[in-house]
Amino acid sequence: MLDRAQVLHVARLARLRLDDDEVERMAAELSAVLDHFEKIQQLRLDDVEPTSHVVEVSGALRPDEPEPSLPVDVALRSAPDPVQGGFGVPSPGAAPA
Amino acid sequence: MSAAALIELSAAAAAQRVRAGELDPGELFGAYRERAAADPLNAFLWLADSPEPQAGAGAPLAGVPLAVKDLFCVRDVPSQSASRILEGYRPPYTATVVARLQEAGAPLLGKTNQDEFAMGSSNENSAFGAVRNPWDPTRVPGGSSGGSAAAVAAGLAPWAIGTDTGGSIRQPAALCGVVGLKPTYGACSRYGMIAFASSLDQAGPITRDVTDAALLLRHMVGRDARDCTSVAFPEEIRLPARDDLRGVRLGVPEELVGADSGVEAGVRERFEQTLALARELGASVSPCRLPHAPHALSAYYLIAPAEASANLARFDGVRYGLRVDGEGDLLEMYCRTRAAGFGPEVKRRIMLGTHALSSGYYDAYYATAQKVRTKISQDFRAAFAEFDFIATPTSPWVAFELGAKTADPLAMYLNDFCTVPMSLAGIPAISIPCGLSGGLPVGFQLAGPAFCENRLLEAAFALERGIRFDGSAARAAPGGGDGQR
Repeated sequence: MLDRAQVLHVARLARLRLDDDEVERMAAELSAVLDHFEKIQQLRLDDVEPTSHVVEVSGALRPDEPEPSLPVDVALRSAPDPVQGGFGVPSPGAAPA
Repeated sequence: MSAAALIELSAAAAAQRVRAGELDPGELFGAYRERAAADPLNAFLWLADSPEPQAGAGAPLAGVPLAVKDLFCVRDVPSQSASRILEGYRPPYTATVVARLQEAGAPLLGKTNQDEFAMGSSNENSAFGAVRNPWDPTRVPGGSSGGSAAAVAAGLAPWAIGTDTGGSIRQPAALCGVVGLKPTYGACSRYGMIAFASSLDQAGPITRDVTDAALLLRHMVGRDARDCTSVAFPEEIRLPARDDLRGVRLGVPEELVGADSGVEAGVRERFEQTLALARELGASVSPCRLPHAPHALSAYYLIAPAEASANLARFDGVRYGLRVDGEGDLLEMYCRTRAAGFGPEVKRRIMLGTHALSSGYYDAYYATAQKVRTKISQDFRAAFAEFDFIATPTSPWVAFELGAKTADPLAMYLNDFCTVPMSLAGIPAISIPCGLSGGLPVGFQLAGPAFCENRLLEAAFALERGIRFDGSAARAAPGGGDGQR
């Protein structure tokens, strides 16, 4: 069961602003889904290795050879606020809203 | 040749005519471009005006135009993964599989609708509105590659590519009455695919028949230096020719198909009928066990959202797409932008994944799910010691009404019951249409060990010849009845 405070904590970690209705709905929906998933915690898995990658890959390393990267103007073309050849952002220290 | 007759050609047949000099590729492109422009299903998000000049009769794919799921980046073409947060994004590069298919002679016809960031099983989560099923426009096409599947089924495109993370190629293919193949993980490069869950995402073909799927896949697979999880495919993909199943051993897993599995009666009937056909063609069919398969859904819906929560962290209003300006500092801009840019299902999965990875819950959820993933792979390995392929229905039910499952996330997730086990194990699986139930298509799924795509295509081809599924009704009246919506 997730309560309101937990939902707000997770939302902060996820950089999501939720309105009050969303917090309520998220608490109910995530709790229902997580309750359903609880069953896997009853499986006996003590000696089981976790899988993070399914296909054996070896030799995935390559020589580190410098290549031209994207031109700055191309990289900035979809940016909401290109500033002096970089990405413009609000100050991290700006006064809170 | 009339436009109506052109549309009835399979992609491989059209390519053959172009190569023989009997069909002008420009005419073919034009015929599909016109149908796609009149799209009554909301299957397309963007259409090319004309084919790229390099495509033509000399190339293996001979100028047969291709529909591409929106999440594949194409240089200078809108590529938003059907999300508002990528508003205005025009990628500076093209996804490897799209580039390979273009080089092989398949010009881009258009970008297809999908669930936002490929999260969904009904295509109702798109920021651009739901896609409709060409067999019945009051029903969903499945998801997340719903636009690609609907476009191919309705004859708005000769063939398409989609991506499959937990069933997103196979399930919409099943619900729309077309063929969908999820290749072995690593067979196709993920470079340029807007990521959902990196350890599961795979690109694959959605086509009218098995031969078209083989032809498209042949030009998609292969190692790509830009995706270190991609591998060299061990052999060339062949066009299937087999017409029997002598010596083929099919296993039918009790856990996915048995009485407790929720497979609806009409789907079960078509499935059993197809198994009977497989026997007639010489296959043996026996029950098999995948003891951990019922837990696959739980493991999948922890692992995929966990990976998604990390992958989607990059959408923050800084480098591309939407930014919502306002008062406050950088952190407030991030939170405001993401709140406005993501739809409800994407937010739900980001929250679920962030929770599963957060301090105090990691072991109980994410680490446990990864162990379940190991058990599922072991189950398949044991089954493949006795069987060549596992057979199940692709979806437990046929296409459902728009809106029928949107209020209950868990009910929606159950669509993927029969498709997520293969995704977690990274093995290839194909869905082929095996008949109708109440006038709606039913999908038959075959799965085999890693890199068995050629054998899988051969078996699916033999079944396809026996089933003789007729999808022409969906092409005759895309949108249903009078072709109007």
